[in-house]
Amino acid sequence: MCLAIPALIESIKNEEADVDMGGITRRISLRLTPQAKVGDYVIVHTGYAINILDQHEARETLKLFEQLAKAAEEER
Amino acid sequence: MKFLSEFRDAGLAKGVVSQIHRRSKTPARFMEFCGGHTATILRYGIRQVLPATIEMLSGPGCPVCVTANADLDKAIALAQMPGVIVTTFGDMLKVPGSHSSLQKIKAEGADVRMVYSTMDAIHIAEENPSKRVVFLGIGFETTAPTVAASILYAEEKYLKNYYVLSTHKLCPPVIKALLASGEVNLDGLICPGHVSAVIGSRAWDFIARDYAIPCVVSGFEPLDVLQCVDMLVTQVEEGNSKVEIAYRRGVRPEGNPEALRLMHEVFEPCPAQWRGMGTIPDSGLKLRSTYQRFDAECAFDIDPGPTREPQGCICGDILRGVKTPLDCRLFGNNCTPEDPVGPCMVSSEGSCATYYLYGRNSGR
Repeated sequence: MCLAIPALIESIKNEEADVDMGGITRRISLRLTPQAKVGDYVIVHTGYAINILDQHEARETLKLFEQLAKAAEEER
Repeated sequence: MKFLSEFRDAGLAKGVVSQIHRRSKTPARFMEFCGGHTATILRYGIRQVLPATIEMLSGPGCPVCVTANADLDKAIALAQMPGVIVTTFGDMLKVPGSHSSLQKIKAEGADVRMVYSTMDAIHIAEENPSKRVVFLGIGFETTAPTVAASILYAEEKYLKNYYVLSTHKLCPPVIKALLASGEVNLDGLICPGHVSAVIGSRAWDFIARDYAIPCVVSGFEPLDVLQCVDMLVTQVEEGNSKVEIAYRRGVRPEGNPEALRLMHEVFEPCPAQWRGMGTIPDSGLKLRSTYQRFDAECAFDIDPGPTREPQGCICGDILRGVKTPLDCRLFGNNCTPEDPVGPCMVSSEGSCATYYLYGRNSGR
């Protein structure tokens, strides 16, 4: 029910945006994230962006996983 | 998909899994509040890769599952009124009420329409000025702001035929009720990711403080859940109880202030009836008096008659975490996703449906 997935904002007109969701273009509402810009990734739930995805934090989290995986590999 | 598939990488998961095994010494019982997390845990076999010290328990975080029969009956009664179109999300159609379901009455001729977004419901209202269009508002804090937005759209468009039947529920009050009941003992809570995207991780501070239970907000990909479990294990081993975020790309401590502002502009807290948990104070949302003209409860004379609970169904106990779907004698026999008896078998995030699909042998 609280399913939400990241999508890339391609264009914005008034309060609505066309976003790329894994190759499919969908129109969503930016009513809950008025500060969102073209090029932002937003987290989309039932046709609304409920938050802007923090790309820096996403990369930092992935870096952490990579370090842990490397450490586990070296232990073997 | 970017920012999605990377968090499903099995190679990257190995490092976190081995760290969890290395760190976890004390037996610990964690509850994933959200049905979305239950689905991730069972779909990706996360229980099987965790050490024997960790027990996972599913919680009441499935809006479809916790909707009381009395509320479903109201939606069904509305859809049976002449000139009314009832719109709602797909999950709600198959849920059995006391005597029927929205899907059944649709087959019998009622105008019930599944929508992807509340914006679709607004369009239906615009295209059908001679009909009264009711949106069955269901969901937690993730969804309630989108329903609030639809009411504001309706107001701006001068729509006089759009109404909301609000059965929205709030997560912190139900977790509080669950913990206060003393029925389940937890050593850690996996907090809902997209609810927290709206209300912020600070909303869980009271659990860490008042109940001394470690809380970590998690995303919905397998790596997110593993990172969350690792952070909970670390807190348990270090004797901490604080609120942390394992989904930093999506959740901030303060949440989404604009979404919260819209939700509070349109709705105010009210008592709400939860399946399996009874009525919990301030755990629901009703329309504020300023927006009363959009409130289906006020605009229609709804009389669904007495409610009836399904015989033998233990959805209520499952939602409280005191039983699992495997304890139900209807599970997989008389109750299947094709022909569900209780709501937990309907929603894709209901514990019963998830166990039926992925986890019949993994109910540790």
